[in-house]
Amino acid sequence: MRIRAVIVLMSILAVFAVSGLCAAGSNVVINGSTTVLPIGQKSAELFMKGNQDVNISVSGGGSGNGIKAIIDGTCDIAMSSRFVKDKEIKLACEKGVYLVPHRVAIDCIVPVVHPSNPLNDIDLNTLKGIYTGNVTNWKALGGSDKPIVVISRDTSSGTYEVWQEKVLLKERVMPRALLQASNGAVAQAVAGNPYAIGYVGIGYLNPHLKGLTVNGVVASPATALNGTFPISRALFMFTNGWPEGPAMSYLNYLLSPAGQKMVETEGFVPLY
Amino acid sequence: MKETSIEVPLVETANLADHAADTNGPGLGDAWTGRGGHRRRSRESAIRMIFLLTALFSITALGLILFFLFREGVPIFKVVSLKDFLLGRDWYPTDDPAAFGIFPLIVGSIAVITVSCIGAIPLAVLTAIFIAEIAGPRMKEFLKPVVELLASLPSVVIGFIGMVVVAPFLQRTFDIPTGLNLLNASIMLAIMTIPTICSISEDAMYAVPRELREASLALGATQWETIFRVVLPASLSGIATAVILGISRAIGETMVVLMVAGGAAIVPTSLMDPVRPMPASIAAEMGEAPFQSEHYHALFAIAIVLFLITFAFNMIADQISHKYKQVGSATL
Repeated sequence: MRIRAVIVLMSILAVFAVSGLCAAGSNVVINGSTTVLPIGQKSAELFMKGNQDVNISVSGGGSGNGIKAIIDGTCDIAMSSRFVKDKEIKLACEKGVYLVPHRVAIDCIVPVVHPSNPLNDIDLNTLKGIYTGNVTNWKALGGSDKPIVVISRDTSSGTYEVWQEKVLLKERVMPRALLQASNGAVAQAVAGNPYAIGYVGIGYLNPHLKGLTVNGVVASPATALNGTFPISRALFMFTNGWPEGPAMSYLNYLLSPAGQKMVETEGFVPLY
Repeated sequence: MKETSIEVPLVETANLADHAADTNGPGLGDAWTGRGGHRRRSRESAIRMIFLLTALFSITALGLILFFLFREGVPIFKVVSLKDFLLGRDWYPTDDPAAFGIFPLIVGSIAVITVSCIGAIPLAVLTAIFIAEIAGPRMKEFLKPVVELLASLPSVVIGFIGMVVVAPFLQRTFDIPTGLNLLNASIMLAIMTIPTICSISEDAMYAVPRELREASLALGATQWETIFRVVLPASLSGIATAVILGISRAIGETMVVLMVAGGAAIVPTSLMDPVRPMPASIAAEMGEAPFQSEHYHALFAIAIVLFLITFAFNMIADQISHKYKQVGSATL
């Protein structure tokens, strides 16, 4: 008796699994950068509201993970806060995957200090001095006689790569810098330390942080778009070949005026 | 106490009889259990098969993980020599050319563990002594679950407390540039390991036969003498195992060190220096490392080093628990 019950149960489950697989035709799996994650999540929610038959699952894990996933075929769209690297392109070609980049938003990276810090503006050269360990005291910047606590993202993060390229001019961040694993951790560390300096994506600015102007330019969508704010980057979604079906309509939505409006409300800079 | 000591052998003999019925030749088994014997034997062997398969499955899975770990980690040594990898002072895995020196990470890990042990071991063992030997039954009923509750605190919660409560406190109290440092990480790791060490040590002390204590007290020893000269030595193997299990847990602990250790890949020169232990590097960087790049292989190589260190610790624990094993009252 019991065995028969188990068999019945199994066959019911099997039917469900098969129907689940059939429905998978309109499944879109998105994976990758935690910087792009808020955009991916919010746009997926909004898109699914208008397209009940499409199921989009979004997860973060880093740009590298996302690109690995799309090369392995375990996701349909990879979010990335950087462009794809040579090594990854080579790997993709070997597996017959042709990566197509879609620029979905722009991100400003803003240097931040504790709100009690009197500093308002900083120039790129001083920032470089601080991050390479040549400027070590707030006194040199007209502040109190206290050591500067330098907070940076991990050297492997996409945000750091942009920072290294645009601020450090390819030099290394000093080893003493406190490396944090996420934008949120940097914000937390700077908010809790009056002598700290860090940098976060513009979406992570909050009242507990004071964003600095760089060379007199305030970070904003306008200054990022016209190129006057010096530290900004494009955020990408990669597909394998030109997207089709639900992935295509999802990306179309994200790049539509409504999608770009959402990008702006999430704290990023829209493309137009 | 007296009741259980009578019951236990009874139960054991009953089990033995069962066992005999199952494993002896068919004649005896059938004679014992009649027609049910055959059915029972096949059920027993089915159960044995299930256990065997489960065990094989876990061992295979572990073996495959190990194989994978080495397969993904070893290729880094084509790029950097073992000596430069272990003793190099610079960890810049994404630079061009990259620097793969994990010496500061190893030192960071060991420093954090050492400092947290200095705090955790005495506290944990003394707490265990209190719970096992001194506290009254009601106190014990209260303390034991509290300690176990502490063990179940998720590490991300402990890390968060370290980040938002302990770090600013350290910073103000010691007037240091940052509270995210070696000391903070050690404190939080100690908080994580104390319950593990305490709970296992307490079990070990509880398992010390009552007659040992009675004999000691009967010889005129005080309670203190009994605890330190009899109970502690008798449970030494259990305590040592507890300590080393606690340490290996702390070495592999990722979330806490990721959140509160500061993350600077330097060789620390004081308790207030930020450090970057090995698990923190792996956790922070794996998501961003391009698949099968040098950086990816280097992170797996760090994982191998981490594995070898915890493995060594567990081997030591095994050795110690065998060496000091208390097999009966007479071996003390």
